[in-house]
Amino acid sequence: MDVLLSLYGGILIALEPINLGLAIVGVIVGLFVGAMPGLGSVNGVAILLPFTFIIQSFTGGATSPMIFLASIYYGAMYGGAISSITLGIPGASTAVATTFDGRPMALAGKAHVALVAAAIASFIGGTFSNVMFTAFAPALASVALSFGDPEVFALMLLAFATFVGLGGDDIPKTIFSICVGLVLATVGFDIISGEPRLIFFDITGFSHGIRFLVLAIGVYGIGEMLWTINTSRYGTTMTKVDVSFASIFEAIKEFRFAWRGTMIGSAMGFFVGILPAAGATPGSLMSYGVAKLTSKDPDKFGKGEINGIAAPEAANNSASTGAMLPMMTLGIPGSPTTAVLLAGMVIWGLQPGPLLFTNQPDFVWPLIGSFYIANVIAVLVNLAFIPVFLWMLRMPFTILSPMIFILSLVGTYAAYLDMFDVSLMVIVGFAAFFLRILDYPVAPAVLAIVLGPIAEPKLRQSLLFSDGDFSIFFTRPIAGPITVVALILIFLPLLKFIKDKLKKPA
Amino acid sequence: MTFTKRAFIGLAGAAAMTGLMVTPAAAFEPTKPIDFIIMAGKGGGADKMARLMQAIVEKEDLSSRPLVPTNKSGGSGAEALIAAKGAADPDHTIMVTLNSFFTTPLRQPGLEIDNMAFAPVGRMAEDTFLLWVHKDSGITTFEGFLETAKADGNAWVMGGTGKNSEDNIITDFLNGNYGLDMKYIPYKGGGAVAKQVAGKQLNSSVNNPSEALGFYESGDMVPLVAFTDERLPMFPDVPTLKEKGGDFSYFMQRAVVGAPGMSDEALAYYTDLFTKVYNSADWQEYKTKKSLMGDFMSGQELKDYWEVQIARHDDILRASGAIK
Amino acid sequence: MRRAELITAIILGILSLALMWKAGEAPSWNPDIARFDNIGMIDGEGPGSGFWPFWLSFAMFGSCVWICINWVRGTSAPSQSEEPFLDEYGQRTLITVGGGLIGFLLVIYVLGFYGAIPLFLIYYMRFLGRHSWFATACVAGGMTVFCFFFFDIAMRIVLPKGVLEPLFIPLYDIFL
Repeated sequence: MDVLLSLYGGILIALEPINLGLAIVGVIVGLFVGAMPGLGSVNGVAILLPFTFIIQSFTGGATSPMIFLASIYYGAMYGGAISSITLGIPGASTAVATTFDGRPMALAGKAHVALVAAAIASFIGGTFSNVMFTAFAPALASVALSFGDPEVFALMLLAFATFVGLGGDDIPKTIFSICVGLVLATVGFDIISGEPRLIFFDITGFSHGIRFLVLAIGVYGIGEMLWTINTSRYGTTMTKVDVSFASIFEAIKEFRFAWRGTMIGSAMGFFVGILPAAGATPGSLMSYGVAKLTSKDPDKFGKGEINGIAAPEAANNSASTGAMLPMMTLGIPGSPTTAVLLAGMVIWGLQPGPLLFTNQPDFVWPLIGSFYIANVIAVLVNLAFIPVFLWMLRMPFTILSPMIFILSLVGTYAAYLDMFDVSLMVIVGFAAFFLRILDYPVAPAVLAIVLGPIAEPKLRQSLLFSDGDFSIFFTRPIAGPITVVALILIFLPLLKFIKDKLKKPA
Repeated sequence: MTFTKRAFIGLAGAAAMTGLMVTPAAAFEPTKPIDFIIMAGKGGGADKMARLMQAIVEKEDLSSRPLVPTNKSGGSGAEALIAAKGAADPDHTIMVTLNSFFTTPLRQPGLEIDNMAFAPVGRMAEDTFLLWVHKDSGITTFEGFLETAKADGNAWVMGGTGKNSEDNIITDFLNGNYGLDMKYIPYKGGGAVAKQVAGKQLNSSVNNPSEALGFYESGDMVPLVAFTDERLPMFPDVPTLKEKGGDFSYFMQRAVVGAPGMSDEALAYYTDLFTKVYNSADWQEYKTKKSLMGDFMSGQELKDYWEVQIARHDDILRASGAIK
Repeated sequence: MRRAELITAIILGILSLALMWKAGEAPSWNPDIARFDNIGMIDGEGPGSGFWPFWLSFAMFGSCVWICINWVRGTSAPSQSEEPFLDEYGQRTLITVGGGLIGFLLVIYVLGFYGAIPLFLIYYMRFLGRHSWFATACVAGGMTVFCFFFFDIAMRIVLPKGVLEPLFIPLYDIFL
C-alpha cells in the first residue's frame, strides 16, 4: 500500500506543468533523435545532459532534469523502430531485431501496420516493466547482484541458442556468418590480457574495435540498399502506403494478432534488461528468437510477421526501464545510456546505490511517476507522427535511396565521430552486398557482434575463477539450468536431424 | 535565456575573479567548436568528470564555443593520444587524461608519443584509491585482510580494470610486498568491479571512492586501507598504507592537456578556462563529495609533475615486467 | 553465379587463414612470446587471448571448405544457378551507384560532409534519377541545410568540413 501511495504522490509531481512540459518536449526530441540512423538514446541523453543544468537552475532539485532525460530515453526507444521499419536501417542496436520483420512489412506496403504495432507493443512493454519496477525494485536488485560471470555467459549462450534457426537454409554459410561476427567482435584490445588483437595493418582505427553500428549500418544501410537497387531494376520496390487516419485505425485493430510477441517481449526484455552486463539489445534479440521459436508458424518470421515486430519492440522498451533498476539501486549502468544518466545523477548531487530509495524518496518516486506519464505521452506522440514518417516512404526511389546512403554515412560519423568508421562501414556494405547475392545470411553476424563482446570476457572471467574448469557453468545454481537449456536448444535441431535420418531407411 | 544568464552572474563573477588572478584575458578566442577528447569510454570515471567539466563550462557560459566531447577509449588510451597528436587544429583540440597518459606511451613506444609535447592546460584533481572488501567477509582491518588473503592463496580473488591499469599496479604491489598470491581478474570499468564485490563474486577490489560510494553508504562494502599520503576526510577511520608501514601511495591524475603544437595564446586561454571550472562551486562540491585530492596545477609546474610521474611509472612497469 | 560461389568461398577461406595467422600474433611490446602461444588453454586460467579469434577463424575456414564441398555436390542454390553473378544491368548499377558512393566518401575527406552531400545528391538525382534541376536543387540544398542545423547546431555533433572549414566560422558566430 505504501508503494501505491508513494507512486500516486510521484505521479502528481510528474504531472506538474513544468515536469509535464519537459516530458513532452523530451519525448519529441527523443523520437526524432532515435529515428535518425546512427543516433540512439545514448546520443540524445549525452548531448542534452549539459542543458539539464540550466533546467536545474530553474527548478532546483534533480527531479525535473531527470524527468527530461528519462523522457528522451523513452522517446528514442520508440523512435528506433521508425528507421528500422521505414528505411530498413536499425537506428540503434536495440532496434536491430525490428528490421527483421519491419522491413519486409514496409516493402509489402504495410509500413503503417508495422509502425503502429511497434508503438503499441512499446507502450505495453514499457508499462509492464514500470509496474514490475514499482513493485519489486529492491528485490530485483539483489537478483541482478547474484548474476556473476558464469550466469551472464550462460545467458549469452541462451541468446545464441534462441537464434539457431535465424540463419538461412545453407548451414555452412550460417556458421560462417556467426563466426565472422564473433571474430570481428574481438578486434581491439583484449581486456583480460591487455593485448591488442587483430589490429590489421597496425591501423589505429581498429584499436577501438569494430563497432556495432559500423557493421549494422554497413549491412542494412549500404548492402541491403545496393541489393534492392540491383534486384528491383530501378523500379519502385515499395508498395505505396495509405497514410490516412482511417488506415492507422485499421492498423490499430490489426494489433490483436501481436499479443503473443508483445507478452514475450515485455517479460523477457525486463528480466534481461535488469542484468547489468546485458541490457536492451540482447533483450530484444532474445525476445525475437523466443517469439519465433515458440510460434506455431516460425517460417513466417523474417517475412513480415507482426509478432516479429511486437516482440523486440516490447522488449527494448521494457528493458530500458529494466536497465534503470541496476543503475538506480546499485549505481551500475546496464547500458551506455544509463551510464550517461548515472553521470547526470552524480553531477546533480545524488548518490545512486542501495540507499537511493530510502534517502531520496522525493527524487525516486516522481521519477518513477514520470516513467508512466512519459510512456503514455510517447505512444500518443508516436501515433500522431506516424503519417509524417510514412510520407518519407512515398518519395520517389531515386530520391529516397541517396538519402538513405547519406544518412548511413552521416549517422555512422555522428555515432562515433570517426571518419575511419565511416570508411569501414562503406567497405562492410559492399562486402555484405556481394555475400547477399550468394545467399550468405547476414543477420547472424550482426547478432554475433552484439553478443560476442559480452560473451567472450564472461567466459574467460568465469574460467579464471574456476582455474580453467568448465564445470563452473553447470554447478552454479543459476548458471547450471540456463546452460543446460541453452545446450538443449542448440543441439535440438541436430537431434531431430539424426532422428529423421534413423527413421528413414537408407 | 537572459534570465538564466543573470541567475549565474553571481557564480560566474566569482569564478571570473579568481580566474583573473592567474592569467589576464588572453588574445586567443576559439572560433569553432572545441574538440574535447576523453581518454576513456562512456560512463567511466574519466567520462563522468569530463562531462561535468563540459556542463560547468556550458552552465556558466565560460566559453564562446561549445566543448564537443568525443570518447576515444581504444587501446588503453592509445587511440586518444594518436588522435590528439595528429589533430588538424591543435588550438581547438584538448583532452582529458588519466594515468594511461603515462603508461600507454611507456608500454607502446611504437606510438611515438612524447608526453612533454602536450600542452599543460591544467590538472583538475587527483583521484584516490582504497582497498575494499564485502562486509560479510568479517574483515575489518588491513591486518585481517593480509591474514585471510595469505591463507586463501590463489583462491583469493581481486578484481580490477585490466593489465597494467592503476588497480593492477596496486595489486602487484600488495602481492609482491606482503607475500600474497591473489588472483587478479579484469573487468570493464571500476563500477563493474565494485558491483562484483558487492555481489560477493569477488573477494576484494581497489576502487576509487566514487565507484564504491553507493555500496559503502549501504554498508555492503568496507574500506580497509587508503593508498594516499594522508587519511581521506571522507574516511577518517581508514588508515593509510603508510601508517601500516608500507611505503606506497598511488593517485590517478585527472588533467586536461592541449594537443601537441598548441599555440601559447591558446594554452593561456584554456588554462584560464579550466581555472574557472576548477574554482566553480560545482567542481569544488564534486571534489569534496567524491573524495578527490590535489590542487589545480598548470604550466611548468604540471610538466614537472609529469616528469616525476613518468619516471615513477617507468619504475613500476619495469618492476612488474610489463616493459623491458 | 556458379563460378562466383566457388571463388568467393576460396577467397573467404584464404581470409580465414589470414585471420588465424593474425590471431596468433604476439603483442608488439613483448617479442619473446612465440606466435600461436596464445591460442591454447593456459593452465589454471582458461583460454588465452588468441583462443577465441583463432578457433572461430578456424571454424570459418571449415565452413568455407564445407561450402566448397556443397559446390562440388551441387547442393546449394547458387552452385546450381546458371545466372550470372552480376548481369550487365547489375554491373552498371555497381559502377554508377557503388562508384558514386565511393566517390561520395572520398569527396567527404576533401570537401567535408557539407561539400559532398549536395554533390552526391546532384549526381544521383540529376544524372541517375533524371529528376528536374529544380527538384534536384531543392533536395540537395534542403538536405545540406537540414544536416547542418540538425547535427552541427542542435546536436552539437560537428561534422568534418575539410577545406571548406573557413566558410563555416561566420556561421558558428551566428548560431553557436
